[in-house]
Amino acid sequence: MQESVLVYRNFLYLKVSAAAAGASLFAYVWHTPLGQPNGGTWLGYTLGVVSLGIVIWLAWYGIRKRRYGVGRARLEDWLSAHVYLGLALVVIATLHAGFQVGWNVHTLAYVLMLLVIASGAFGIYTYVRIPGLITANRAGLTLEQIMALIAELHEDCRKVAVTLGDEINELVQRSAEESHIGGNVWQQLSGRDPLCPTAEALVRVRAIARDLPQAQSENGRKLVLLLARQSELLGQARRDVRFKALIDVWLFVHVPMTLALLAALAAHVVSVFFYW
Amino acid sequence: MSENYKIAVIGSGPSGMSAGGRAAERGVSHVVLERSDHLSDTIYKYQKGKHVMATPEVLPLRSSMTFGAAKRETVLETWNKEAQGHKVNVRFNAQVTGITGAKGRFDILINNKETITAESIVMAIGLQGNLRKLEIEGADWDRVQYQLDDPEEYEDERIVVVGAGDAGIENAIALAKQNRVVIINRQGEFARVKDANKALIEAAIEKGEIECFYSATPARLTPGALVLDVPQGQATVQCDRIIARLGAIPPRAFVERAGIVFPSKSQEALPELSPQYESNVPGLYVIGALGGYPLIKQAMNQGYEVIEFILGNNIKPADEPLLERKFGALLQRYTVDQVIDLFREKVPLLSGLTALQLREFLIDGTVHLKAPGEIVFERNDYTTSLYMIVEGNVNVHVDPNDFSVVRSLKAGQFFGELGMIAGRRRTASITAADQCLLIESPARTMIKLINSVESVRRAVNDEGMARQIRAYLSHEIKEADLAGLIKGADRRSFKAETVFFNEGDESDGVYLITQGSITVSRNVAGKNIVLAYVPAGHYVGEMGVVGNAPRDATIRAAIDSKAIFIPKPAFLDLIEKLPSLRRRMEEEWLRRLAHKAKMTARPEAGSIIQFLIEQGAGEATDMLLIDESLCIRCNNCEIACAETHGGTSRLDREAGPTVANVHVPTSCRHCEDPHCMTECPPDAIHRSPNGEVFIDSTCIGCGNCERNCPYGVIHMAEKEPAKPGLLSWMLFGMGSGPGQDKARKKDKKDGSEGPKLAVKCDMCKDQKSGPACVASCPTGAAFRVSPEAFFSGHLTR
Ligand SMILES: Cc1cc2nc3c(=O)[nH]c(=O)nc-3n(C[C@H](O)[C@H](O)[C@H](O)COP(=O)(O)OP(=O)(O)OC[C@H]3O[C@@H](n4cnc5c(N)ncnc54)[C@H](O)[C@@H]3O)c2cc1C
Ligand code: HEM
Ligand code: HEM
Ligand code: SF4
Ligand code: SF4
Ligand code: SF4
Repeated sequence: MQESVLVYRNFLYLKVSAAAAGASLFAYVWHTPLGQPNGGTWLGYTLGVVSLGIVIWLAWYGIRKRRYGVGRARLEDWLSAHVYLGLALVVIATLHAGFQVGWNVHTLAYVLMLLVIASGAFGIYTYVRIPGLITANRAGLTLEQIMALIAELHEDCRKVAVTLGDEINELVQRSAEESHIGGNVWQQLSGRDPLCPTAEALVRVRAIARDLPQAQSENGRKLVLLLARQSELLGQARRDVRFKALIDVWLFVHVPMTLALLAALAAHVVSVFFYW
Repeated sequence: MSENYKIAVIGSGPSGMSAGGRAAERGVSHVVLERSDHLSDTIYKYQKGKHVMATPEVLPLRSSMTFGAAKRETVLETWNKEAQGHKVNVRFNAQVTGITGAKGRFDILINNKETITAESIVMAIGLQGNLRKLEIEGADWDRVQYQLDDPEEYEDERIVVVGAGDAGIENAIALAKQNRVVIINRQGEFARVKDANKALIEAAIEKGEIECFYSATPARLTPGALVLDVPQGQATVQCDRIIARLGAIPPRAFVERAGIVFPSKSQEALPELSPQYESNVPGLYVIGALGGYPLIKQAMNQGYEVIEFILGNNIKPADEPLLERKFGALLQRYTVDQVIDLFREKVPLLSGLTALQLREFLIDGTVHLKAPGEIVFERNDYTTSLYMIVEGNVNVHVDPNDFSVVRSLKAGQFFGELGMIAGRRRTASITAADQCLLIESPARTMIKLINSVESVRRAVNDEGMARQIRAYLSHEIKEADLAGLIKGADRRSFKAETVFFNEGDESDGVYLITQGSITVSRNVAGKNIVLAYVPAGHYVGEMGVVGNAPRDATIRAAIDSKAIFIPKPAFLDLIEKLPSLRRRMEEEWLRRLAHKAKMTARPEAGSIIQFLIEQGAGEATDMLLIDESLCIRCNNCEIACAETHGGTSRLDREAGPTVANVHVPTSCRHCEDPHCMTECPPDAIHRSPNGEVFIDSTCIGCGNCERNCPYGVIHMAEKEPAKPGLLSWMLFGMGSGPGQDKARKKDKKDGSEGPKLAVKCDMCKDQKSGPACVASCPTGAAFRVSPEAFFSGHLTR
């Protein structure tokens, strides 16, 4: 229906970025410096400055994104260009460095840049992959509605459980009080809770329900059904949280590494001017 | 011997009370009859602490009472004091139930019991009407109430809510938090209520929070027990309290019984009044909202004026300054009255109006002086006003491809009615041919006028049909042929979801859709598949007529629609005479065939059309949609909206339904005939040339539009405090960032809220970036489209 960032405007920004990377490569091959190709030649300087310009522009995205109602371009233009120019950096900056790496602040900057780019690439993958999964998983409900349904089922389970003796009562009580969704980053990302009290209650209640007296068996079956439904919904909610976490988590690398990169680049530029 | 007065004023709202005040000041024998036990019931019933606005600002107040923008409580208190100070003779709990007699001696029946007499009557009963009461045995139980001021007041009671409209549902849900609530629904389901309310009540019933009796009507009541007629027989509900929300009976029937004549059956019709506010019954005067003046200041001015008129003092109406502003440069040549006379003489459409109607009409309108060549409006503009030519000529540029093809209109004629009726884009551009003087009238005023003055209705209808046929079929139709077409043609109305014709029916004619929109569907392998959506301004049914075959698809109204029907022989005759039309029609036909084949192969596209029609696409001109296969749920769209609109987002992304990755968030549809506009007292809601429906600064916060919008997109909101700049937030953590809740202004001493005004999506008409929600969506998931563009473009690509 709509075009994703990747195919946006018929790959306009891919074409621009490919051209920039191609031109750099061409210049690099054509250029025959004295000695090793490196950042110190005129081409090296040029490519370095271009790289720095691109990095700053890419980092500006974080600000541009929050300046609402400013400028005519859509944010989708910005992001599409962000993605492709960011990828082109791999080529341009590498050529700038002339494939010279070592244990120094220059290479630190380079590595940080690669980290930012790699996390960005992961990010854009989640952007393309996950949204459809979220819709499918929610099956027409919002997360809020799912949570409301779960709360309701808790209530219903409790009501049925009181007729079924202490052990079941306790299991249901625990499932209601201790089943949770989300949690720390890892729990969010796993999308599962191996110790989920509701799942446990379901297993145990099923086992107990087999041996319930005739008069209670009807309610036993009812409870199993309710717990199973609740367990499903919990799974659905956890998957939803997982998807959202996947969409967000890489930014915790992308953004701090961007800041580190800017600092390292400052150091790099200062050091090459002073100590070169 | 009954009491006798010179003047009896019925109703103590702003208009009636002001009349009473003036009468007292002038020492005339008078009485003000008020059915409630306090002054000004309408204002009394505003929400607590509501900020009452004093618009229009330019209108001076002329009354013995004072009034200025203030809190509801202050306004009421002032009036109470002043009414006492002036010794206004008010009788509370005195509902007037009948009026007989004539000027000099009217008999006024109060509460169906007592009669008093008066020489003249001023009817100032407003438009709120009487709340419909439960009319069953035992309904006089003191725990039956018709209003709910504060739901928190009740706790642990068993409360029966009778009436399943929006008001009933809202009360039931509010009460259910602390009480056991039973709601009585006369129908088998919740119909004709807002989607949001329907969802809420159905969920509450499902959960068992509220009990509902469907298809049930109250039969009788004893204290504590309500007996219902239900499909199975009878049922008894125990209750501690009954809240009946049965709607209001409009005051019109009461007014008519007093002998006052309304010019048409239409809801919008107003009684005909003389410039002195006298109705067709001599001695019986009508002022205030009932007379068509929906604002407090206007109502108060009329209260003052009507007393002066009755006393024989022919003062100038207080709205004179408004008209002076309107007429501007014209006043160098004429006086206000002369201008009004000139208009009436030069524009036949206005000749049937009384001077009072004309004044009111002009206050809403705009007077334009246009230089030769100047543009009045352009093709594809979304404006809906109607223009009348007082002096000069205009050119209608009828051909979209050739600006030089014009039809000319001269003084006395009108134009713009097509857009006004259809609510769609202008079908032609208009320029001034020479120096001209035009009156522009907003659609709302014009529609009121059409419904109130028969001559205006006829003129607009007849002339309108000729133009609609030309605009929607061909501008080349000759005058002579047109007359024949019109004679055979007739106007037909279709309620939403009713069928124009069915697949397989005989093809008896062609429909030009003038208002609303339709869907085209076909039975494919036993399933009804929607193939297309056609908005007003197009024709349907030509295929079978020209091809001499039965209908090959079903046409159904997507919303309430109107069409001109042209019978088959007349249509074939026309095509015969106009080869160019025939060619265009064949072309269109082929296009539709190709489209049909495409859609038949993609039934899911048809179900998306159906889904969007249910979401209001039938009347939308622009909808916000989200492609969920791209949306990363970052909420940047909502934040962008809030940040560009004083801190309150006009859209709710998460809410709203989804089908096949098409998500319809809660956001304005910019309807062609906006529901929100219908009852806005200061006429603050407008349609800009680009189609945006927006609210201007004259909003008085009455909340009518919020209630009237079926899509729940209007909110009442207080203005948020400004925020620090983005960089100060990012770098120094100052204030709150984008989308974060701001610390509300809590430090106001009296704890009062600022005025709450209506806010809604204005499609960012003042933003360079276009809709901020769309511009700020990083993934391109959010987009705004017209349904036509979506159905013919996005959907099939
Ligand atoms: C929610 C809301 C907010 C509004 N906010 C504003 C605002 O901020 N500023 C503004 O200018 N306008 C506002 N308006 C419009 C304003 O309220 C009306 O224009 C005004 O009240 C009209 O005055 P009126 O005297 O014609 O009628 P009303 O004020 O309606 O008064 C009619 C009176 O007649 C009485 N009555 C009716 N029938 C009978 C009978 N048979 N016998 C005896 N008495 C009877 C009623 O009890 C009532 O007291 C608002 C309207 C609403 C609904
Ligand atoms: C994205 C931006 C940049 C990155 C990732 C980057 C990275 C590197 C790397 C990895 C090297 C090789 C270091 C080595 O020889 O061991 C290098 C060398 C160099 N860079 Fe950059 N650089 C960037 C921007 C710049 C800029 C803006 C300038 C100049 C203003 C610059 C000037 C140089 C110079 C002069 C050298 C050669 C230093 C030497 O040979 O010792 N670089 N850069
Ligand atoms: C040196 C290179 C890069 C820098 C400095 C950089 C910097 C940034 C910054 C500052 C943000 C804003 C984060 C926020 O505030 O939400 C951002 C967002 C993003 N970046 Fe990068 N980025 C780089 C490269 C890339 C690359 C190569 C890709 C993809 C292949 C990418 C994909 C993204 C995406 C998908 C977002 C999120 C957009 C959004 O949700 O609004 N980035 N980047
Ligand atoms: S915009 Fe809405 S709230 Fe404001 S005056 Fe009009 S109808 Fe009332
Ligand atoms: S178009 Fe503008 S006002 Fe409307 S929802 Fe989008 S951001 Fe808000
Ligand atoms: S801004 Fe776009 S991606 Fe983000 S929530 Fe809104 S529609 Fe979805």
